[in-house]
Amino acid sequence: MILAARDIAVRYRAGGPLALNRVSCEVGRAQLVAVVGPNGSGKTTLLRALLGLVPVEQGLVLVDGRPVGQWPRRLLARTVGVVAQQEEALLPLRVADAVMMGRYAHLGALSAPAERDRAAVQSALERCDISDLADRSVDSLSGGEWKRVRVARALAQEPQALVLDEPTASLDIRHEMELFELVRELVESGLAGLVITHHLNLAARFAHRIVLLSRGELVAEGTPAEVLKRETLTRTFEWPLAITSWRDGSPQVVPLRSSDPTSQTDEIPPRQEAP
Amino acid sequence: MSVRIVLLTLLVFACVLLGLSAGAVPLPLTAVWSGLISGQGPEAGIVRDLRAPRVVLAFLVGGSLAVSGAALQAMIRNPLAEPYLLGLSSGAGLGAVIAIASEAASPWAIPLAAFLGALAAVALVYRLSVVSGRRLDPHVLLLSGVVVGAFAGALMSAIMVLSDAPGVRNAFLWLLGGFGTASWRALAVFSAYAVLPLGVLLFHARSLDLLALGDEPARHLGAEVDRVRRLVYVCTALLTAASVATCGIVGFVGLVVPHAVRITVRPLHRSLLPLVFLVGGCFLVIADVVSRTVVRPLELPVGVITALVGVPLFALLLRRTLA
Repeated sequence: MILAARDIAVRYRAGGPLALNRVSCEVGRAQLVAVVGPNGSGKTTLLRALLGLVPVEQGLVLVDGRPVGQWPRRLLARTVGVVAQQEEALLPLRVADAVMMGRYAHLGALSAPAERDRAAVQSALERCDISDLADRSVDSLSGGEWKRVRVARALAQEPQALVLDEPTASLDIRHEMELFELVRELVESGLAGLVITHHLNLAARFAHRIVLLSRGELVAEGTPAEVLKRETLTRTFEWPLAITSWRDGSPQVVPLRSSDPTSQTDEIPPRQEAP
Repeated sequence: MSVRIVLLTLLVFACVLLGLSAGAVPLPLTAVWSGLISGQGPEAGIVRDLRAPRVVLAFLVGGSLAVSGAALQAMIRNPLAEPYLLGLSSGAGLGAVIAIASEAASPWAIPLAAFLGALAAVALVYRLSVVSGRRLDPHVLLLSGVVVGAFAGALMSAIMVLSDAPGVRNAFLWLLGGFGTASWRALAVFSAYAVLPLGVLLFHARSLDLLALGDEPARHLGAEVDRVRRLVYVCTALLTAASVATCGIVGFVGLVVPHAVRITVRPLHRSLLPLVFLVGGCFLVIADVVSRTVVRPLELPVGVITALVGVPLFALLLRRTLA
């Protein structure tokens, strides 16, 4: 396992409520795990705990088998690449320089980037399909382009795990799909992937396993078919839902309107496509 | 890049020569040259003992203040951060005035007292601007800096009026900032305090790049954010203290110079910091030349010149960051 949380509890303020209560989650090589749940269910807290950014009150967080608190951040950055939910493009950096920052954890304090570093940046740019942006300034990029630059920067770290927090928020369908395809492709090439998302249907199609959180507690964990059950989801999201399935068998979630018949049974047959 | 290095070298040489030749007694370049090289001629004393230490000191102080500004700006992620505006200079001034008034301090110890004053000021500024649980607002930080600076200034005035220590009478002029008292010894004192923090900041240039992205991205990319932040506080406090102790309070160098350099160079600190140092040196040498030639044979405090350049730029940048 590259990332593992075992039975962890997190509290932000002493005496305050538990932000996470006995949650476990594991991500192995070539495995994509999606963390889903309503707003405030503890998804980002789980991610922050896995990265050693919040102390855990109980339980254990392991990165590559070693407690996360024992990792110097420089070594951790060579093992885990992170694409946070938001990051402002404050400085007029060139895209190539911004991606090179992913190499800082590999570089000496004063040494210039070596051939190997430039190659890593080049390959990261290519994988994210942004080679043509290399000389642009990051403060001139669209939201989708900036997001891909940050994925490229995380890839330039040459990590063993990639962690993404709502990577497709504010992206349109094409950019959203391209990003999930890219992440899945990276995972298939051996990376461990952890992605927080609100898109249950994309999680169902791309992730190997899904972790469902609610109010800081683990509701369900397993394959998409095991986790995305009508009753569980309706209870967790406090909204009536129906489950259908796509041709590849992955469950797809349809939120119901108040005018929909409430006696919806568990499965609706997939819609026939027009000839 | 190589064209830039040639141009910059020429600029540094031109500024140094200008600094050596201009002054109450203008000297032709030939006299400067013969005074420097051979030590012969009536001008040798002026060039070697008065102007050379003055120019070199102004250069090093300008570079140090400019580098402090650039480092603080990266850390606070705001182009308005600067030792003077964040209250470090006034804190250092207060520390130095207390040391002078107590009559106990040798010239080597005054920067140390200034350093303690600067650290206390920056701690107070930080304490004032961090509301528990809230993110640090750069504008609140600047406001706290100005307030703490005003408070330290008031204490300084009180001590200068009330104390009858012999050094204090000159302190008022000295605090306005100037290189009139520059000497090889002042240069040695300054260098002893400034070399290490300059080296440490340059060594952490890449961490400054990361800090400028924000705390969380910096951590994700491998920076030990809290350690680097402490280092920046200590190093900029040391540089400011050494500057204030040797030539008084000179504001806005750390604001003007990094801003000018960033217009032409990518904001990566490994190349930015050395450039900021050189340009800052040139800027203060020229400001010093202006200060001792505009109302010849009198001298304006050099802090007056830097403020005249710095305040309009501050106003411009403030409008831009608020927009």
